[in-house]
Amino acid sequence: MEFFEAISAKFNYWVYVIIMMIGLYAMIAKNNMVKKLIGMSVFQTAIILFYVSIGVKDGATIPILYHDQVHTGHHHDDHGEEAHHASSEDHGTSDTGHHETDKYGYPTRHAPDVVIDGDDFANPLVHVLMLTAIVVGVATLGVGLAIIQKLHREFGTIEENEIHDIIKSGK
Amino acid sequence: MIWQFDLIILVFLVITAIISLQVKDLLAASMIFGVYSFLMCLLWAGMAAVDVAFTEAAVGAGVSSVFLIATVFRTSRRSSD
Amino acid sequence: MKSLALISVVITGWLLLSAGGDFPEWGDPDSPANSYRLSQHFVTETFHETAVPNMVTAVLADYRGYDTMFETVVIFTAGIAIISILRVFRTDDPGAGGQTVYEKRPDLIVDTTCRLMIPIIQLFALYVVAHGHHSPGGGFQGGVIFGASFILIALSRDLQAAHKWVPEQRVLNLAGIGILIYAGFGLASMFLGYNFLDYAILHKIMAATPIEARYHSMLGVEIGVAFTVTAIMYSIYSNLASKGTMKEGL
Repeated sequence: MEFFEAISAKFNYWVYVIIMMIGLYAMIAKNNMVKKLIGMSVFQTAIILFYVSIGVKDGATIPILYHDQVHTGHHHDDHGEEAHHASSEDHGTSDTGHHETDKYGYPTRHAPDVVIDGDDFANPLVHVLMLTAIVVGVATLGVGLAIIQKLHREFGTIEENEIHDIIKSGK
Repeated sequence: MIWQFDLIILVFLVITAIISLQVKDLLAASMIFGVYSFLMCLLWAGMAAVDVAFTEAAVGAGVSSVFLIATVFRTSRRSSD
Repeated sequence: MKSLALISVVITGWLLLSAGGDFPEWGDPDSPANSYRLSQHFVTETFHETAVPNMVTAVLADYRGYDTMFETVVIFTAGIAIISILRVFRTDDPGAGGQTVYEKRPDLIVDTTCRLMIPIIQLFALYVVAHGHHSPGGGFQGGVIFGASFILIALSRDLQAAHKWVPEQRVLNLAGIGILIYAGFGLASMFLGYNFLDYAILHKIMAATPIEARYHSMLGVEIGVAFTVTAIMYSIYSNLASKGTMKEGL
């Protein structure tokens, strides 16, 4: 069982390479245009799998703060602002000392007594980059499919070797 | 992250990727591409990437499959390889 | 050709797999990606600086808002590109006109089910956009779900009926308005004297503290992204399903 557990830890990285190579082979070697596009999509999702895998932390939860973590640190923040501000000025040295205010008189730090440990949550930077990648991938797929329809309108087929033959023999 | 689930889903991921590129019927290829997309979404949800999984479920298994099927319907349905 | 592709793919795969030994341990909290100081800052300081519990939405809309604006522009460009590829017809093109438009009666079961489901789908899409600060969601996800509800109208009836309900020309206006909303937030910050897309200074025109101004501007920006994504998803479907002629759908 431990052997399987060790395998499945590194298996993620091997699978990402295998799927990426499947997608690359399909993009180069398949004759049909739609299969090439499916290969491109497979390639893109394999890259996203890799990036998400390096943002995993053991024992970490999703990168959204808990409800009770957010709401027990401060009570009714919007109409307790002045009281909080005044009381923090009284014992400004007894806690972390981050209770400054900026030049407009607003506090610069929201809910200063909520402490968040960096190891409890998964890495959010990686997720943000991959959100952009997914949406750009679907936009590229759409443009590729439009080009396929235009090719079909011009040549009557979507197989690559038949299109080459038609072009070589002159339309 | 339950490693048993991850192992099974990864094996199925490779299988669906290969099958989606080998069937001769393009409609079936689009369907299996939708299954591949959904398995990716499950994998990422298990890795605590819920925003990415949500987007992939909406975009990959939803809109992307519809685009592929619309194109297959308008061009031809058989592929030679 | 195929054997050449196979050989090169196998060589590339072998090179990548042999580099797999250098990867960090699975789930290591001290790996270079996880102990990077920017990742640590995003986890520990996002709630204190922007009052948003969802770190991914905060990073997407505020800390890396410039990326998100250009990603929206990329989606918009893809929609425009598909229109310009598919809607240009040559006069001697046989595949352009000549589609037999026959009277299709919508199937009763499909029609009734979709009529019940479409308002619920749209309500859920609006919820996803608005609740993106506290739960997984945000502008993209909500926009795609909303666009999918329009596609469902076009699938359960005909494309012509869908265009009567949701005219595609008007919906494309929404795509441009979405990007203008996003850029408008940035320009408003610039006109008040601070950087482009620096939301904290917008507390002068909103009735809020600087931290809450960032919270509310993130929502405004996500609404702009949702508009653009909705319009473009519907437009791409209309163009792809009718080969550009807009006469007959799937």
